[in-house]
Amino acid sequence: MKVPMHVKEIARITNARILCGEDENPPIQRAFSSDLMSDVLTLEVDQTMLITGLANLQAIRTAEMSDISCILFARNKRVTDEMIEVARENQMVLLQTSCSVFRTSGLLYEAGIKPVF
Amino acid sequence: MTMEFDYDINGGDFSRAGFASSHLKKILKQVNIDPKLIKKIVIALYEAEVNIVAHAYEGHIHVIIEPEAIRIEVKDRGPGIEDIDQAMEDGYSTASEEVREMGFGAGMGLSNIRNNADDLEINSTVNEGTELVIVKKLH
Repeated sequence: MKVPMHVKEIARITNARILCGEDENPPIQRAFSSDLMSDVLTLEVDQTMLITGLANLQAIRTAEMSDISCILFARNKRVTDEMIEVARENQMVLLQTSCSVFRTSGLLYEAGIKPVF
Repeated sequence: MTMEFDYDINGGDFSRAGFASSHLKKILKQVNIDPKLIKKIVIALYEAEVNIVAHAYEGHIHVIIEPEAIRIEVKDRGPGIEDIDQAMEDGYSTASEEVREMGFGAGMGLSNIRNNADDLEINSTVNEGTELVIVKKLH
């Protein structure tokens, strides 16, 4: 499959729900899977999405500062209204899937999404 | 033209961590700073905000934007840093379990501030607090 990939395609592959940002169209080339926001803040790449099991406001803030425009929350982690509000302010796409971080990463890797390292 | 902004940060209040960096990011976009520079500046400031929330009782951030450079002064009242060289080492952290649950506390913050800044000064007094001055050239 071709990269950059549209988020709707990413949602289809990972069986994810789009929680907000369905009208945004950030091109996604790479993904980074981490629950450690300090690690995410060291990335120097663009067109990257975050796959995480850490569902809190700091995941959204970390993405905001790192110019990450799409976050996929694994294992149906609860996403609060406040998180969605801050994500919307920053034209970010939030996705939620029942799959684990490992499975989500594998599916997207197989579909052509590139790793950061 | 010089612009200045001030932010107060409360220790322990994770819901507000990122408020200053989010505000500053919007300002820097409005004045057409290179997005790559904006990312470095706001990441350094966000790491500093998280440090205040994670370690200090309260803190104050003063940002000065000048045509040539941006200067961010961060001052907190808190436990201070005993050994600054050790705190700058990747992987060294005194963060609590609660901070780690928030996705931080891996001992990467100060070195990430240094990596994103052109100049970083740190002064700290144990049981009083810590002061950082972060400078980033805009050209």
